[in-house]
Amino acid sequence: MILVYADHDRGVIEPLTFQALTFARDIDPDVHAVLIGGSSAGLNASTAAAELGEYGAQVVHIAGLSDYSDYAPLAAARALVTLLGSTGAQALIAASSPRGNEVLAHVAAITDRPFVADCYSIAIGAPHKIVRARWAGNLHEEVDVDAEAADVLIATVFPHITEATTAPAAGAITEFTAAVSQDDLAVQVINRVGASTGGVTLPEAKVIVSGGRGMGGPDGFGILESIAAALGGTVGCTRVVTSAGWRPHSEQVGQTGTKVAPDLYLACGISGATQHLAGCKNSKTLVAINTDPDATIMNHADYIIVGDVNQVLPMVLQEIQDAKS
Amino acid sequence: MEIAVCVKRVPLVGSTFMLTDDAMAIDTSRIGATLSPHEENAVEAAVRLIEVHGGSITLFSVGSAQAEEQLREQLAIGADRAVLIETEGTEIDSQATAAVLAQAIDQDATDFDLVLLGTESADSGGYQTGIRIAHALGRPVVTNVKGLDITDNKATCERAVGAIREVYEVQLPAVISVLDGLNIPRYPSVPGRIKARKKPVDRLSITIPEPTTIRTSLRVPQSADKGAINLGSGQQGAKALVEVFKQIGVM
Repeated sequence: MILVYADHDRGVIEPLTFQALTFARDIDPDVHAVLIGGSSAGLNASTAAAELGEYGAQVVHIAGLSDYSDYAPLAAARALVTLLGSTGAQALIAASSPRGNEVLAHVAAITDRPFVADCYSIAIGAPHKIVRARWAGNLHEEVDVDAEAADVLIATVFPHITEATTAPAAGAITEFTAAVSQDDLAVQVINRVGASTGGVTLPEAKVIVSGGRGMGGPDGFGILESIAAALGGTVGCTRVVTSAGWRPHSEQVGQTGTKVAPDLYLACGISGATQHLAGCKNSKTLVAINTDPDATIMNHADYIIVGDVNQVLPMVLQEIQDAKS
Repeated sequence: MEIAVCVKRVPLVGSTFMLTDDAMAIDTSRIGATLSPHEENAVEAAVRLIEVHGGSITLFSVGSAQAEEQLREQLAIGADRAVLIETEGTEIDSQATAAVLAQAIDQDATDFDLVLLGTESADSGGYQTGIRIAHALGRPVVTNVKGLDITDNKATCERAVGAIREVYEVQLPAVISVLDGLNIPRYPSVPGRIKARKKPVDRLSITIPEPTTIRTSLRVPQSADKGAINLGSGQQGAKALVEVFKQIGVM
């Protein structure tokens, strides 16, 4: 049996969790999911369990921890350690989300086991044979993981390598209690600030209009905002742009920014450094506009326009407006 | 305030990866090296904290002798001393790295109020070194930090979840792992570089634990040559692009 830690925020399950469930089913169809929440964590157990069941969770283990706010990583890990002991799972899997990686790293540290992040494929055995991402997926690494040290394999699944598919299963709720101390709850969310402005965020955007050094400066992004607005999308940028202070870091797409997979990624004045490609190469359609036909981004694009963004983009905006009217 | 910052030297990769003949490493013979990006932010955060609170910064790194280059660079930015635990050229797994760093920090003469590092390294991306160090030292840990403020021995940390920021508070001593975006790292000044030449880089020998995760090979994934369709230029390109938007259903 494989346990999948279901990352959620106030009861909204992280979509990558469904990919992790699909991935886990391929290793062993006997998949159980785990939800950790508290009275104030906004978790509706039956709704969440039904969703997880839809993606193949035979059983959904739920721990309702007292004094647990939205999220307390060490307390969640402590609960998972309890469950590993009582269920005899052969592996503990999660999505490679910030919370997924964090909670599983805590479990690994507590139990002194290896933790393998960002996996593409897992073959359980002696040793466990794993292919994982290095350099945010720009390199693939084959590793052997000692089966004695990893008697329970703890691993996260690289985003967007598996398409989440449904496989309806019972999703039967089993509540469990976990011994969690006040120390385990010392680090937890105590407040949330900067509530959503109603705009589309990068991870959820279907359309991302992104700019790089080629936009020339902060003023160059005005046209990208207009095109994004016309297409119901949002603006992204490269690390060079945020380092120069042209745009906020929250818009940065890439290895050290947000990794995205929109329907359309429009890369404007972006050369295509590995740092950036790591964040956008899973886009369904990638369009690049660049003066340099040999720029790396052109090899990763589905469609290209060779030209100066300052000339091409106003024409694109005009064409969109004409087409709409 | 006494701050330890753990940093890692990584190859300076541009747009392509070249591997060694045995496919066990990146061929670094023709490329330079740099500091793993999140750790540039960690050092910058440490320097800003010391500017406000006073104290000193010690860098810790596990790696080859050449990592001294990156340590000197960060000493030039404002760290006071560095400790390098040399490996004989071979990379060690995350579990071993964390164990070695935790031991080095623990046995250092300085009692550190704060250990800073990147949430994950650019190359191995294991997402665990900070957490393991925290467990080994018996300290609380906050990860993925993009906002940091310390008052009265308490760190207020922010991390981004979608469009909002979560706030965490943690009592020092603690381990905090940060992300790019926390700050914009400064460049070393010329006087900073001159001072850095005289700052100590101590070598420390620690027995490296047996690895549990062993690399058998590396490969550069086949970038599906997408055979991009050239939409043309100017007005013609713009028109063709809008047709693509309609085709893929974003308009």
